[in-house]
Amino acid sequence: MSATTGGGRLSILAAAMVVARRDFAAILLSRSFIFFLIGPLFPLVVGALAGGVGAKVQQSVDRAVVGLVMRAPDAEKMVEAGHALKPRMGGALPDMVVLQRLPDGAAGDPSAALKTPGINLAAVVSGTPAAPRLTGPRERIEYLSGPIALVAAQAQGHGPQAYPEISLAPTATSTADTRHGRVLTAQAGQTLLFLLTMLLAGMVLSNLVEEKANKIIEILAAAIPMDAVFLGKLFAMLAVSLVGISVWGGVIGVAHLLFGQSLPALDPPAVGWAMFVALGVTYFAMGYLLLGAVFLTIGSMASTVREVQTLSMPVTMMQLLVFFVASFAVAKPGGTVELAAEVFPFSSPFVMLARAATSEALLPHALAIGWQALCVLVFVRVGARLFRSRVMKSGPAGGSSKRRWWKRAPA
Amino acid sequence: MADGNAARPLAIEARGLVKRFDGFTAVDGVDLTVPEGAIYGILGPNGAGKTTTLRMLLGIIDPDSGLRRVLGHDRPHEVAHTIGYLPEERGLYPAMKAYEAIAFLGSLRGLPLAEGRRRGKDLLEEHGLGYAIDRQIRQLSKGMAQQVQLLGTLVHQPRLVVFDEPFSGLDALNQGKLEKMIRGLAAKGTTVIFSTHVIAHAERMCDEVAIIAGGKVPFAGPVDVARDRIRPQVRLETAAEDGPWRAALPADARREGRPWLFSLPESGVEPLLRALIEGNAGILSLSIERAGLHDAFVAIAGEAAARALEEGNGEEAR
Repeated sequence: MSATTGGGRLSILAAAMVVARRDFAAILLSRSFIFFLIGPLFPLVVGALAGGVGAKVQQSVDRAVVGLVMRAPDAEKMVEAGHALKPRMGGALPDMVVLQRLPDGAAGDPSAALKTPGINLAAVVSGTPAAPRLTGPRERIEYLSGPIALVAAQAQGHGPQAYPEISLAPTATSTADTRHGRVLTAQAGQTLLFLLTMLLAGMVLSNLVEEKANKIIEILAAAIPMDAVFLGKLFAMLAVSLVGISVWGGVIGVAHLLFGQSLPALDPPAVGWAMFVALGVTYFAMGYLLLGAVFLTIGSMASTVREVQTLSMPVTMMQLLVFFVASFAVAKPGGTVELAAEVFPFSSPFVMLARAATSEALLPHALAIGWQALCVLVFVRVGARLFRSRVMKSGPAGGSSKRRWWKRAPA
Repeated sequence: MADGNAARPLAIEARGLVKRFDGFTAVDGVDLTVPEGAIYGILGPNGAGKTTTLRMLLGIIDPDSGLRRVLGHDRPHEVAHTIGYLPEERGLYPAMKAYEAIAFLGSLRGLPLAEGRRRGKDLLEEHGLGYAIDRQIRQLSKGMAQQVQLLGTLVHQPRLVVFDEPFSGLDALNQGKLEKMIRGLAAKGTTVIFSTHVIAHAERMCDEVAIIAGGKVPFAGPVDVARDRIRPQVRLETAAEDGPWRAALPADARREGRPWLFSLPESGVEPLLRALIEGNAGILSLSIERAGLHDAFVAIAGEAAARALEEGNGEEAR
């Protein structure tokens, strides 16, 4: 009898590490890792472009001006009054442009003047400073009636002659500003978390399909328990993601050192940056393990990329929905939606990360992490069981070739 | 079920294994006993249940009912480090180098990677594949990749090796090499189980066989016992065309040209000879031929299974 001179029996964890080590090395040296690294740039670029376009649109909308169709002296008085008030009123006063200087006794046509091409007209003022008349869309003229009345009063010499000096006491922020800034931080965290989990879950899925295509899965299944294969794949991708996060963190750090103040800065989260990052990594791990378990289970049922796309579509759509619900929960804190989203395992990491940005309390995080860890255990366990029962159902000579592989019996 | 190895320890023992897939019974009450150190063949046509049986024995899938013991353990994964398995559908990671692929397969069975790499290089050198040590699997021919996988199956020096259709896709030269390797393993005490749909392989190499058809095992035991299920065939040539000696021939006697062919009567050869001589048959020649495994297969599994087996062989040859 030959003695076995190999190593001893592998524990599930040790077997998972064998798979994880192989997958980790293979992914790190693959082209898909490069795409993974530059992947987050795409939404950033698209976001920046969309922001730029939005800002342009906003700017052009804000530059709507009020046209004047008045006698020349009245028009001049109105313009001068506008200039006089502008330093005090700032953006509250619209810009004014003289469209028509009417001779004495002439009556202009404000409706026709409102259609003057090349000028972004919000409304037209006609009549006199004593009896101004606003022509334009109802919402616009209702909004402008106050400022135009003030300008007309100034044009008549009825404006306040002396302005009291106001002493300024600036504060770093107000309650409203803090809330707004933290919500932005929360949304940024959620978006990053969502992108990462989706990207990684997709990668673990393609990795599994590739393995099925290479017929390696049966060798793995014969040598180590399927739970170990399942866990190994999840761990490998988690490790890959941590490498990715380190690279991105490094790039952001270097960019911050190089460009410093010129970079847009997020408001500090309520729990502080250090705790926020720690919670972010934890919630990312939980979210990824949950989604990865689902995707791996799907992968066990598919044998081609096309089948994977078909089977994973509902999960992807569900995850998008979860992301939207989580975003909504940030905007409407304290409601039933937020509570439900905190409890539902797939949305919980997103909502809780947002909570870390907007609320100082740490106890809810301890509870949430405990709950999510429990869900991860259940999902990984059930996923591994399904994976085991499904993944080896494809046999080389079983059943009719027209039947789907998962309904075919092996030889 | 025949069992002529009650005294030898068993590498594998299976009782009443059943596996169903979506209402289809792929394996239906299979019993097997594989003695340690034996070369054991699982012989049957495609779709007979060979792969499913092997997968159950290895713990890749669980049986719906029945018992299995592999090297004394109910859970095959507990002894996975002492088992080597080459599945019918060969597969390796295309980007891995040959020696790393061998080391990886060893590491799945508990062999430390560094040791696996060392052994991988040695094995490749020993088998004339030294030039391919640093080549990626995708750069190797199909036959070479198969050899690399075979070496990976053996790198951790297992006590039990399971091959699923190992000769499938190999040319005659490589089939010969594999036969030699299997005999070498058995000589060192390793138990070898392989499935095949080629009777000649089983007949030439196996100490014992399990004949499987339609998910059932109608026979499992030594090859000689299988052959003995068929009565030896008598070939008789006589000088006389007719006479009282004709009454001594059994009912299945038929002529193929001049000689008569028939099964040896249960009473044995002596009464037959006496009747022929006393009946003035004028015996020119008489030979007794033991039945081959093919005839045994036909008798045990039936004509339909034998036809399926031959069709499978024909498909492979094509």
